[in-house]
Amino acid sequence: MGSKIDQKAYWAATKRLTIMLLTIWFLVSFGAGILFRGFLDQFSLGGAPLGFWFAQNGSIYVFVCLIFYYCWAMNRIEKKFGIKG
Amino acid sequence: MDQTTWSYIFVSVTFSLYIGIAIWSRAGSTEDFYVAGHDVHPVINGMATAADWMSAASFLSMAGLIAFLGYGGSVYLMGWTGGYVLLALLLAPFLREFGKFTVPDFVGDRYYSSFARVVAVICALMISFTYIAGQMKGVGVAFSGFLGIPFEAGILIGMVIVFFYAVLGGMKGITYTQVAQYCVLIFAYTVPAIFISIIITNNPVPQLGFISDVKGTDIAMLDKLNTVVTDLGFREYTSTNKSMFDVFCITAALMFGTAGLPHVIIRFFTVKSAKAARVSAGWALVFIAVLYTTAPAVGAFARLNFIDTVNEAVYITDTEDYDTRAAEIMAQGNKPVPEWYKSWEKTGLLDFEDKNEDGIMQYRGPDAPDGIANEVNPNRDIFVLANPEIAQLPGWVIGLVVAGGLAAALSTAAGLLMVIASAVSHDLCRRTLFPEMNDKTELRVARLSAAGAVVCAGLLGLFASKLGFVAQVVAFAFGLAAASLFPIIFLGIFWKRMNKEGAISAMLFGLISTLSYIIYFKFLGGTQSGWWFGVSPEGIGFLFMWGAMIIGVCVSLATPVPPQSVQNLVEKIRVPGANQT
Repeated sequence: MGSKIDQKAYWAATKRLTIMLLTIWFLVSFGAGILFRGFLDQFSLGGAPLGFWFAQNGSIYVFVCLIFYYCWAMNRIEKKFGIKG
Repeated sequence: MDQTTWSYIFVSVTFSLYIGIAIWSRAGSTEDFYVAGHDVHPVINGMATAADWMSAASFLSMAGLIAFLGYGGSVYLMGWTGGYVLLALLLAPFLREFGKFTVPDFVGDRYYSSFARVVAVICALMISFTYIAGQMKGVGVAFSGFLGIPFEAGILIGMVIVFFYAVLGGMKGITYTQVAQYCVLIFAYTVPAIFISIIITNNPVPQLGFISDVKGTDIAMLDKLNTVVTDLGFREYTSTNKSMFDVFCITAALMFGTAGLPHVIIRFFTVKSAKAARVSAGWALVFIAVLYTTAPAVGAFARLNFIDTVNEAVYITDTEDYDTRAAEIMAQGNKPVPEWYKSWEKTGLLDFEDKNEDGIMQYRGPDAPDGIANEVNPNRDIFVLANPEIAQLPGWVIGLVVAGGLAAALSTAAGLLMVIASAVSHDLCRRTLFPEMNDKTELRVARLSAAGAVVCAGLLGLFASKLGFVAQVVAFAFGLAAASLFPIIFLGIFWKRMNKEGAISAMLFGLISTLSYIIYFKFLGGTQSGWWFGVSPEGIGFLFMWGAMIIGVCVSLATPVPPQSVQNLVEKIRVPGANQT
């Protein structure tokens, strides 16, 4: 296990990553699917209004990508700080 | 062979499979029983989590719900998947690093208080019992609807099966049966969806069919659906009558509720490490997304197809011979009521009342432009159930759907039973009342409580179906999880200063406020005009969650700092691998 300073920096990096990913999480679901839906609906994806599509399909695809990106990025952070995980 | 025979074959084969797995994976220790020895592969755990998560409601009701609600159904789609992002980023890896058996375990240790542990046990039990009643009811419905077995007997059969693998195998047995159940249910869901997608859009992938043109035309499927439903006097499919703020709150309550549900959280205790817990959450969502991205397509196709085949069809009564009468009607250039409609009519899930006595089935919305009253009332479960027949698939596919529905209900019921059993045997008996109890006795107590929980769940299923309140209390399970468990677990990891006073007041506030709001508006005659900020009882958990967080933080700041040992514990669980020796 690393020193006290390492641990602090590790936790800060983890929190930065978490906040970044949760912002995307919020934007694709609550943003695209609900709040900005009216604006996005003027565009269409194969006949589906874009906001509606995000609410029913698109956001779910992004959720999956977010979790796997998180796994990958956390592995990188752990390697950088020498944590075996 | 007819449908019923096929259903019997599929149900018996899958049930024998579950029992076989239970015998093969018997639990030998409390570690095996509670967390499957902390040794489940992340992908396997992801699959088990998906089965654990997708209940009878996801499998049978959700597509139909979306078919009727249109855009309004999005709250379930986003809410029940987005929660996994929260789980993966904020809770699962840290709770796994903590390395114990249950959610109250974490609450009790992190907040150094038996009282906090007991309050967490109460929350976990209330959430799990409301949820499990719905599952047992689903089992009863599946048996009575398809196999002609009485409702009560159906629940009894379900109880015996779950009893067998939950009591014998504990978490270990449940994990491997859930994997089998996932395979059964996802196959049963996607096969009819692929066929109906080909019929309507000529695209074999339902997710793509959803955004394709109707077969042989250049009109987009959703455009066509919007035109068709508005012509009949319904709201546009891609719109909703709920306010934006209410949609926001319901989605959020379902998301945070998902992340706080104990039966989902404990699945992540079964993997090897924090790293494995993260990956496992990703796989769980992949397996869930297969069904959840198919469901909106199924809902839209089913609605379109239902209107297409049933509206303006000439009705054929039970006294007439279907085939000869149908041929006659077609010879006159009209369309007869479809055959699948007649076969499902017997189940009471479809209802036709010829109000204008013209022998034609008029399906209309509340604002029908031609002023004709609606005569057809379909139950929302019908869309998934009748899909194979609507798509004219062979009888064995219907048997598969029956087995799939049962798999969905049983896998969720088993996961909930584990929460109940471990809350009683581990948190109440071992950690609170009889700390000197040894492992062997605890295992025996755990088996006994699982057995007791099966019996209670069965009785609740019977009771709930008589009162018909299951659908209403499910909202409560999510609201409660969001408002009572999520805030204190989250703050317990991310805010070292959080102490026991703060945690106890936050949990009690979340529990009591959500409970009161839902009981008042669901059971004591509260009306929509009284909703706070226009938020429905389904979404109120989100607002009370913030209330609980604020109270927790304020009370913590006003009371002593938690002991150094607890602060060290928090530091430890933030860094994966620190706990390993």
